Amino acid sequence: MKNIKFVIAGMLFGIILIKSQVVSWFRIQEMFRLQSFHMYGIIGSAIIVAMVSIFLIKKFKIKALNGEPVVIADKKFNWGNVYGGLIFGIGWALTGACPGPIFAQIGSGILLSIITLFSAVAGTWVYGLIREKLPH
Amino acid sequence: MDVLQPWPWYVAGPLIGLTVPLLLILGNKSFGISASLRHICASCFPAGISFFKYDWKKEQWNLFFVFGIMIGGFLATYFLSVPGRVEVSSDTVEQLKAQGIKNFNGLLPADIFNWQQLLTLRGFVFIIIGGFLVGFGTRYAGGCTSGHAIMGISSLQWPSLIATCCFMAGGFATSWLLLPLLLKL
Repeated sequence: MKNIKFVIAGMLFGIILIKSQVVSWFRIQEMFRLQSFHMYGIIGSAIIVAMVSIFLIKKFKIKALNGEPVVIADKKFNWGNVYGGLIFGIGWALTGACPGPIFAQIGSGILLSIITLFSAVAGTWVYGLIREKLPH
Repeated sequence: MDVLQPWPWYVAGPLIGLTVPLLLILGNKSFGISASLRHICASCFPAGISFFKYDWKKEQWNLFFVFGIMIGGFLATYFLSVPGRVEVSSDTVEQLKAQGIKNFNGLLPADIFNWQQLLTLRGFVFIIIGGFLVGFGTRYAGGCTSGHAIMGISSLQWPSLIATCCFMAGGFATSWLLLPLLLKL
Protein backbone atom coordinates (compact mmCIF):
# COMPACT_ATOMS: atom_id res chain seq x y z
CA MET A 1 0.00 0.00 0.00
CA LYS A 2 2.84 2.39 0.72
CA ASN A 3 3.60 2.40 -2.98
CA ILE A 4 0.17 3.67 -4.05
CA LYS A 5 1.40 7.24 -3.64
CA PHE A 6 4.04 6.63 -6.29
CA VAL A 7 1.40 5.26 -8.68
CA ILE A 8 -0.57 8.47 -8.16
CA ALA A 9 2.54 10.64 -8.65
CA GLY A 10 3.31 8.70 -11.85
CA MET A 11 -0.25 9.15 -13.01
CA LEU A 12 -0.08 12.92 -12.63
CA PHE A 13 3.26 12.93 -14.44
CA GLY A 14 1.84 10.76 -17.25
CA ILE A 15 -1.09 13.14 -17.70
CA ILE A 16 1.33 16.09 -18.05
CA LEU A 17 3.45 14.17 -20.58
CA ILE A 18 0.43 13.61 -22.82
CA LYS A 19 -1.11 17.06 -22.38
CA SER A 20 2.17 18.83 -23.15
CA GLN A 21 2.71 16.61 -26.23
CA VAL A 22 6.29 15.76 -25.24
CA VAL A 23 5.34 12.15 -26.07
CA SER A 24 5.01 13.14 -29.74
CA TRP A 25 7.71 12.04 -32.20
CA PHE A 26 6.96 15.21 -34.18
CA ARG A 27 7.66 17.43 -31.15
CA ILE A 28 11.03 15.73 -30.65
CA GLN A 29 11.99 16.27 -34.31
CA GLU A 30 10.91 19.90 -34.02
CA MET A 31 13.10 20.29 -30.93
CA PHE A 32 16.23 18.76 -32.48
CA ARG A 33 15.70 20.87 -35.64
CA LEU A 34 15.43 24.03 -33.49
CA GLN A 35 12.10 24.89 -35.08
CA SER A 36 10.09 25.63 -31.95
CA PHE A 37 10.61 26.82 -28.41
CA HIS A 38 7.99 24.41 -26.99
CA MET A 39 10.27 21.58 -25.76
CA TYR A 40 13.01 23.95 -24.61
CA GLY A 41 10.41 25.95 -22.68
CA ILE A 42 9.13 22.80 -20.99
CA ILE A 43 12.52 21.36 -20.02
CA GLY A 44 13.92 24.80 -19.08
CA SER A 45 10.99 25.84 -16.88
CA ALA A 46 10.88 22.35 -15.30
CA ILE A 47 14.56 22.71 -14.34
CA ILE A 48 14.03 26.19 -12.88
CA VAL A 49 10.99 25.14 -10.81
CA ALA A 50 12.80 21.99 -9.60
CA MET A 51 15.92 24.03 -8.73
CA VAL A 52 13.95 26.57 -6.67
CA SER A 53 12.07 23.71 -4.95
CA ILE A 54 15.28 21.93 -3.99
CA PHE A 55 16.74 25.22 -2.74
CA LEU A 56 13.67 25.80 -0.54
CA ILE A 57 13.66 22.20 0.75
CA LYS A 58 17.31 22.57 1.78
CA LYS A 59 16.95 26.08 3.18
CA PHE A 60 13.98 25.28 5.37
CA LYS A 61 15.23 21.74 6.07
CA ILE A 62 11.90 20.31 4.96
CA LYS A 63 11.69 16.61 5.78
CA ALA A 64 10.25 13.75 3.76
CA LEU A 65 6.85 12.43 4.93
CA ASN A 66 8.57 9.57 6.79
CA GLY A 67 10.51 12.12 8.86
CA GLU A 68 13.89 11.55 7.19
CA PRO A 69 15.89 14.58 6.08
CA VAL A 70 15.77 14.89 2.28
CA VAL A 71 18.96 13.58 0.68
CA ILE A 72 20.01 13.83 -2.95
CA ALA A 73 22.92 11.57 -3.89
CA ASP A 74 25.80 13.23 -5.75
CA LYS A 75 26.48 12.01 -9.26
CA LYS A 76 30.13 11.39 -10.01
CA PHE A 77 31.40 12.10 -13.50
CA ASN A 78 32.43 9.16 -15.65
CA TRP A 79 32.91 8.94 -19.42
CA GLY A 80 29.69 6.96 -19.65
CA ASN A 81 27.92 10.31 -19.17
CA VAL A 82 29.41 11.32 -22.53
CA TYR A 83 29.33 8.08 -24.57
CA GLY A 84 26.04 6.88 -23.13
CA GLY A 85 24.56 10.37 -23.49
CA LEU A 86 25.40 10.48 -27.20
CA ILE A 87 23.98 6.98 -27.72
CA PHE A 88 20.76 7.84 -25.88
CA GLY A 89 20.47 11.03 -27.99
CA ILE A 90 20.49 8.93 -31.17
CA GLY A 91 17.80 6.63 -29.77
CA TRP A 92 15.71 9.60 -28.58
CA ALA A 93 15.71 11.14 -32.07
CA LEU A 94 14.84 7.80 -33.75
CA THR A 95 12.03 6.67 -31.45
CA GLY A 96 10.91 10.19 -30.55
CA ALA A 97 10.67 9.05 -26.96
CA CYS A 98 12.76 9.02 -23.83
CA PRO A 99 11.86 6.36 -21.22
CA GLY A 100 8.97 8.25 -19.52
CA PRO A 101 7.10 8.92 -22.77
CA ILE A 102 7.45 5.26 -23.85
CA PHE A 103 5.31 4.28 -20.84
CA ALA A 104 2.84 7.13 -21.51
CA GLN A 105 2.53 6.10 -25.18
CA ILE A 106 1.67 2.54 -24.16
CA GLY A 107 -1.00 3.88 -21.78
CA SER A 108 -2.43 6.08 -24.52
CA GLY A 109 -3.12 2.95 -26.55
CA ILE A 110 -0.07 2.85 -28.83
CA LEU A 111 0.63 -0.85 -28.31
CA LEU A 112 3.54 -0.77 -30.76
CA SER A 113 5.46 1.17 -28.10
CA ILE A 114 5.53 -2.09 -26.08
CA ILE A 115 8.07 -3.23 -28.69
CA THR A 116 10.06 -0.01 -28.10
CA LEU A 117 9.94 -0.74 -24.36
CA PHE A 118 11.13 -4.35 -24.81
CA SER A 119 13.94 -3.08 -27.03
CA ALA A 120 14.93 -0.54 -24.36
CA VAL A 121 14.91 -3.27 -21.69
CA ALA A 122 17.09 -5.37 -24.01
CA GLY A 123 19.46 -2.40 -24.42
CA THR A 124 19.72 -2.00 -20.66
CA TRP A 125 20.33 -5.74 -20.26
CA VAL A 126 23.11 -5.78 -22.87
CA TYR A 127 24.69 -2.77 -21.15
CA GLY A 128 24.71 -4.76 -17.90
CA LEU A 129 26.25 -7.72 -19.70
CA ILE A 130 29.17 -5.83 -21.32
CA ARG A 131 29.54 -3.01 -18.82
CA GLU A 132 33.00 -4.00 -17.62
CA LYS A 133 34.36 -3.95 -21.17
CA LEU A 134 33.11 -0.42 -21.89
CA PRO A 135 35.12 2.76 -21.27
CA HIS A 136 33.79 4.72 -18.30
CA MET B 1 -7.26 27.61 -20.39
CA ASP B 2 -9.28 24.67 -21.66
CA VAL B 3 -7.75 21.56 -20.07
CA LEU B 4 -8.94 19.45 -22.99
CA GLN B 5 -6.65 21.40 -25.35
CA PRO B 6 -2.88 20.79 -25.36
CA TRP B 7 -1.19 22.57 -22.47
CA PRO B 8 1.32 25.34 -23.26
CA TRP B 9 4.93 24.94 -22.18
CA TYR B 10 4.65 27.45 -19.33
CA VAL B 11 1.96 25.30 -17.70
CA ALA B 12 3.40 21.85 -18.42
CA GLY B 13 7.06 22.68 -17.69
CA PRO B 14 6.55 23.99 -14.13
CA LEU B 15 4.23 21.04 -13.37
CA ILE B 16 6.93 18.63 -14.52
CA GLY B 17 9.39 20.53 -12.33
CA LEU B 18 7.11 20.07 -9.30
CA THR B 19 7.44 16.29 -9.71
CA VAL B 20 10.92 16.68 -8.20
CA PRO B 21 9.87 18.08 -4.78
CA LEU B 22 6.78 15.83 -4.83
CA LEU B 23 8.92 12.67 -4.96
CA LEU B 24 11.47 14.03 -2.48
CA ILE B 25 8.74 14.76 0.04
CA LEU B 26 6.61 11.67 -0.64
CA GLY B 27 9.45 9.24 -0.09
CA ASN B 28 12.88 10.87 -0.28
CA LYS B 29 13.14 9.66 -3.88
CA SER B 30 15.18 11.31 -6.61
CA PHE B 31 13.20 11.76 -9.83
CA GLY B 32 14.41 9.41 -12.56
CA ILE B 33 12.74 7.01 -14.94
CA SER B 34 15.34 5.01 -16.86
CA ALA B 35 16.40 3.13 -13.69
CA SER B 36 13.04 1.34 -13.97
CA LEU B 37 14.44 -0.48 -17.02
CA ARG B 38 17.30 -1.77 -14.88
CA HIS B 39 14.86 -2.93 -12.19
CA ILE B 40 12.87 -4.79 -14.86
CA CYS B 41 16.08 -6.59 -15.88
CA ALA B 42 17.05 -7.29 -12.25
CA SER B 43 13.62 -8.66 -11.35
CA CYS B 44 12.86 -10.62 -14.54
CA PHE B 45 16.12 -11.59 -16.30
CA PRO B 46 19.08 -11.14 -13.92
CA ALA B 47 20.99 -14.03 -15.63
CA GLY B 48 23.72 -13.88 -13.00
CA ILE B 49 24.99 -10.53 -14.33
CA SER B 50 26.60 -8.56 -11.49
CA PHE B 51 25.00 -5.26 -12.65
CA PHE B 52 21.61 -6.82 -11.93
CA LYS B 53 22.52 -8.31 -8.54
CA TYR B 54 21.12 -5.79 -6.09
CA ASP B 55 18.01 -5.51 -3.98
CA TRP B 56 15.66 -4.13 -6.65
CA LYS B 57 12.75 -4.44 -4.23
CA LYS B 58 14.21 -1.51 -2.31
CA GLU B 59 13.83 0.54 -5.49
CA GLN B 60 10.42 -0.75 -6.47
CA TRP B 61 8.79 2.66 -6.01
CA ASN B 62 10.23 3.39 -9.47
CA LEU B 63 8.24 0.53 -11.02
CA PHE B 64 5.06 1.78 -9.34
CA PHE B 65 5.83 5.25 -10.69
CA VAL B 66 6.16 4.08 -14.32
CA PHE B 67 3.01 1.99 -13.93
CA GLY B 68 1.32 5.23 -12.86
CA ILE B 69 2.68 6.95 -16.00
CA MET B 70 0.87 4.35 -18.11
CA ILE B 71 -2.40 4.97 -16.25
CA GLY B 72 -1.90 8.73 -16.62
CA GLY B 73 -1.27 8.27 -20.34
CA PHE B 74 -4.53 6.36 -20.62
CA LEU B 75 -6.58 8.88 -18.60
CA ALA B 76 -5.18 11.92 -20.40
CA THR B 77 -5.80 10.40 -23.82
CA TYR B 78 -9.32 9.09 -23.28
CA PHE B 79 -10.76 11.55 -20.75
CA LEU B 80 -8.77 14.78 -20.93
CA SER B 81 -8.23 15.30 -24.64
CA VAL B 82 -10.09 16.16 -27.80
CA PRO B 83 -8.98 14.33 -30.95
CA GLY B 84 -6.61 16.28 -33.15
CA ARG B 85 -3.15 16.11 -34.58
CA VAL B 86 -0.10 17.55 -32.82
CA GLU B 87 0.41 21.02 -34.31
CA VAL B 88 4.13 21.34 -34.83
CA SER B 89 5.99 24.08 -36.66
CA SER B 90 5.27 24.29 -40.38
CA ASP B 91 9.05 24.17 -41.04
CA THR B 92 9.20 20.76 -39.36
CA VAL B 93 6.20 19.51 -41.35
CA GLU B 94 7.68 20.73 -44.66
CA GLN B 95 11.08 19.17 -43.93
CA LEU B 96 9.61 15.84 -42.88
CA LYS B 97 7.30 15.80 -45.91
CA ALA B 98 10.29 16.35 -48.18
CA GLN B 99 12.02 13.47 -46.40
CA GLY B 100 9.12 11.10 -46.99
CA ILE B 101 6.75 11.36 -44.01
CA LYS B 102 3.15 11.45 -45.23
CA ASN B 103 1.04 10.83 -42.16
CA PHE B 104 1.00 13.61 -39.56
CA ASN B 105 -1.88 12.27 -37.49
CA GLY B 106 -1.25 10.77 -34.07
CA LEU B 107 1.76 10.96 -31.77
CA LEU B 108 4.02 8.90 -34.04
CA PRO B 109 4.12 8.90 -37.87
CA ALA B 110 2.22 5.83 -39.03
CA ASP B 111 4.52 5.69 -42.09
CA ILE B 112 7.20 4.23 -39.80
CA PHE B 113 5.50 3.26 -36.57
CA ASN B 114 3.06 0.50 -37.46
CA TRP B 115 3.12 -3.29 -37.11
CA GLN B 116 3.73 -3.95 -40.82
CA GLN B 117 6.69 -1.57 -40.85
CA LEU B 118 8.22 -3.48 -37.94
CA LEU B 119 9.12 -6.22 -40.43
CA THR B 120 10.90 -3.77 -42.75
CA LEU B 121 14.44 -2.49 -42.34
CA ARG B 122 13.20 1.06 -41.73
CA GLY B 123 10.74 0.04 -39.03
CA PHE B 124 13.36 -2.18 -37.44
CA VAL B 125 15.86 0.69 -37.27
CA PHE B 126 13.44 3.28 -35.87
CA ILE B 127 11.58 1.05 -33.41
CA ILE B 128 13.90 -1.77 -32.33
CA ILE B 129 17.37 -0.27 -32.82
CA GLY B 130 16.03 3.09 -31.58
CA GLY B 131 14.52 1.52 -28.47
CA PHE B 132 17.68 -0.50 -27.85
CA LEU B 133 19.83 2.66 -27.99
CA VAL B 134 17.48 4.42 -25.55
CA GLY B 135 17.88 1.59 -23.01
CA PHE B 136 21.61 1.07 -23.58
CA GLY B 137 22.46 4.78 -23.71
CA THR B 138 20.48 5.86 -20.67
CA ARG B 139 22.01 3.18 -18.45
CA TYR B 140 25.52 3.85 -19.81
CA ALA B 141 24.96 7.58 -19.17
CA GLY B 142 23.48 6.88 -15.73
CA GLY B 143 20.15 8.56 -16.42
CA CYS B 144 17.79 10.06 -18.98
CA THR B 145 15.94 13.33 -19.49
CA SER B 146 14.31 13.05 -16.07
CA GLY B 147 17.28 11.84 -13.99
CA HIS B 148 19.99 13.96 -15.62
CA ALA B 149 18.38 16.91 -17.45
CA ILE B 150 15.77 17.73 -14.80
CA MET B 151 16.78 16.13 -11.47
CA GLY B 152 20.54 16.31 -12.04
CA ILE B 153 20.84 19.85 -13.39
CA SER B 154 18.34 21.26 -10.88
CA SER B 155 20.39 19.77 -8.02
CA LEU B 156 23.52 21.37 -9.58
CA GLN B 157 25.32 18.19 -10.59
CA TRP B 158 27.73 19.08 -13.36
CA PRO B 159 28.01 15.50 -14.74
CA SER B 160 24.28 15.76 -15.49
CA LEU B 161 24.83 18.95 -17.46
CA ILE B 162 27.48 17.19 -19.53
CA ALA B 163 25.21 14.18 -20.07
CA THR B 164 22.35 16.46 -21.13
CA CYS B 165 24.58 18.28 -23.66
CA CYS B 166 25.51 14.87 -25.06
CA PHE B 167 21.83 13.81 -25.31
CA MET B 168 21.22 16.94 -27.37
CA ALA B 169 24.35 16.48 -29.50
CA GLY B 170 23.35 12.88 -30.31
CA GLY B 171 19.81 13.99 -31.14
CA PHE B 172 20.90 16.92 -33.32
CA ALA B 173 23.29 14.75 -35.32
CA THR B 174 20.61 12.09 -35.78
CA SER B 175 17.79 14.46 -36.77
CA TRP B 176 19.90 16.52 -39.15
CA LEU B 177 22.28 14.00 -40.68
CA LEU B 178 21.01 10.48 -40.10
CA LEU B 179 17.23 10.83 -40.37
CA PRO B 180 17.12 11.99 -44.02
CA LEU B 181 19.08 8.83 -44.94
CA LEU B 182 17.20 6.44 -42.66
CA LEU B 183 13.79 7.66 -43.83
CA LYS B 184 14.75 6.49 -47.35
CA LEU B 185 15.36 2.90 -46.21
